[in-house]
Amino acid sequence: MGQSLIDLQNIYKSFDGTMVLDDLSLSVKENTFVTLLGPSGCGKTTTLRIIGGFETQDSGNVIFDGTEISKLPPNKRQLNTVFQKYALFTHMNIAENIAFGLKIKGKSKPYIQDKIKYALKLVNLDGFENRSVDSLSGGQQQRIAIARAIVNEPRVLLLDEPLGALDLKLRQDMQYELIRLKNELGITFIYVTHDQEEALTMSDTIVVMNQGYIQQMGSPEQIYNEPENAFVADFIGESNIVPGIMLHDELVEIFGAKFACVDKGFGINRPVDVVIRPEDIDLVEPSRGTLVGTCTHLIFKGVHYEMEITTPDGFEWLVHSTDMCPVGQEVGIHVDPFDIQIMNKPASEDEEAVGVNE
Amino acid sequence: MNRIKDNFNRIWQDFYLVIIMVFLYAPIATMMVLSFNSSKSRTQWGGFTLQWYTQMFASRNIMDALYNTLMIAFLSALIATVIGTAASIAINSMKAVPRTILMGITNIPMLNADIVTGISLMLAFIAFGISLGFQTVLIAHITFNIPYVILSVMPKLKQTSRYTYEAAMDLGASPIYAFFHVVFPDILPGVLSGFLLAFTMSLDDFIITHFTRGAGINTLSTLIYSEVRRGIKPSMYALSTVIFVVVLLLLLISNFAPRRKQADQT
Repeated sequence: MGQSLIDLQNIYKSFDGTMVLDDLSLSVKENTFVTLLGPSGCGKTTTLRIIGGFETQDSGNVIFDGTEISKLPPNKRQLNTVFQKYALFTHMNIAENIAFGLKIKGKSKPYIQDKIKYALKLVNLDGFENRSVDSLSGGQQQRIAIARAIVNEPRVLLLDEPLGALDLKLRQDMQYELIRLKNELGITFIYVTHDQEEALTMSDTIVVMNQGYIQQMGSPEQIYNEPENAFVADFIGESNIVPGIMLHDELVEIFGAKFACVDKGFGINRPVDVVIRPEDIDLVEPSRGTLVGTCTHLIFKGVHYEMEITTPDGFEWLVHSTDMCPVGQEVGIHVDPFDIQIMNKPASEDEEAVGVNE
Repeated sequence: MNRIKDNFNRIWQDFYLVIIMVFLYAPIATMMVLSFNSSKSRTQWGGFTLQWYTQMFASRNIMDALYNTLMIAFLSALIATVIGTAASIAINSMKAVPRTILMGITNIPMLNADIVTGISLMLAFIAFGISLGFQTVLIAHITFNIPYVILSVMPKLKQTSRYTYEAAMDLGASPIYAFFHVVFPDILPGVLSGFLLAFTMSLDDFIITHFTRGAGINTLSTLIYSEVRRGIKPSMYALSTVIFVVVLLLLLISNFAPRRKQADQT
């Protein structure tokens, strides 16, 4: 397990003088589902294209299974890509599309036939051999693109926002399909997306990127529950990010009220940022609340109510709760200690981009 | 009331269409009819004959000119298609500014007056000591055909996503294999119609050929021109009729070929 399959070491890349990747290092272990997550322009697709061989980094190394592969063209690399726009060959039928890579490798006809059957079964499109590309829906085309890639038995499958063009329902179905495929095939997936929900659902490891830097890397739970900086907290799900003062270990002061928490090691009377997820705020009787505010906004969202509670200092707390508080009513806010996440304050704008741990 | 008005409008529309058709095709029809006229008179019908056609096919001059015309049209279209397709691929992969500039430059020869292109090519050949003949006509035709090929290949290239090329590479194809198996089939309709357009343009050309041909070599258009100065023989009508029909057929093919292919796919 411990062996890493792909190692990116100190990758720099710029386009026309604009820095896209700045000293990026990343290692991917065999048989994991790694997601590069970030807003558009954060360098996630460029990272994928460097691994795939479609871009060359300005400096740094790409190590694949112990070998430096920066100089290898895409057709010599043991990995396959599923492109954002499917990129199927429209002048070929489905079987010919899937056979493309195998034919180049000089595989025998029966072997190719078997593989096509197997791949179509794997993506739940049995019997589609002779269909034309145009006759397929977006979701079906995407599955053929995946089939076309996996018949080559790559050790790594690169996926560049493969579900971006699909509608919500189909996207959710495909997420489960991808998890199933990964488990059945036992190959490494590197997945690029800007959709945090997709990333949380499918990944073993999420790499949050912004402005060419890795902001945080960890399991979905770590990324969601313990964001290391304001960018991650804000990008992954919704959150309340408020300024606070760490009075001492396990006690933080927010807007003059003292909250018990579980974080340690920030020092004494240190200014920090505090992250509290909207669903972690409990609404209680004003007399029992740590802070007291007035409900200023209320929307019914189906699963829960979305409310804004304005405290006297003017901060609007976003709250998700199944309890409803009518607009204009006073209400108390209570947060359990383990639901409070403390982050160091960035010293400057620059450091905010770099991330706290760099 | 309205019915009468509608009817009147419809009749007027049909009439208008007929008038336009008459203006466009009456001269050509006249020529075609006269090519079957056994009387040499241009005003009197002397009975149906094919003698002008047999005379035309028997004439050494005309057959030589026909051979030259077809050879030059075919070769120039073929070479222009290869060069033009390669150029399109290069231009398409350029950044926006150089691409716009280069497209502008390739468009100039098309907008340029033929007589200017013809004279300047002739001067260039003479200045560089290339004797005028078959080869200079061929070079000239390749030159003016390239822009037409680029113009018909370019839109097809823009339609094909660069990701299909990358996908082919990703699946193990070398750049050349990827081009011939993935990119080329996608742009083939554009390449074919570029070839046919170039072929027709070459077949059609008189002015540029006239200036670059030198003595002793004729294409059909230059032959007709020189014959006309000595008085028009009816075999020229027959020849013109043949040229018109050939060009018409080529245009029909180039217009319908890509459409038929698309219809096949669905």
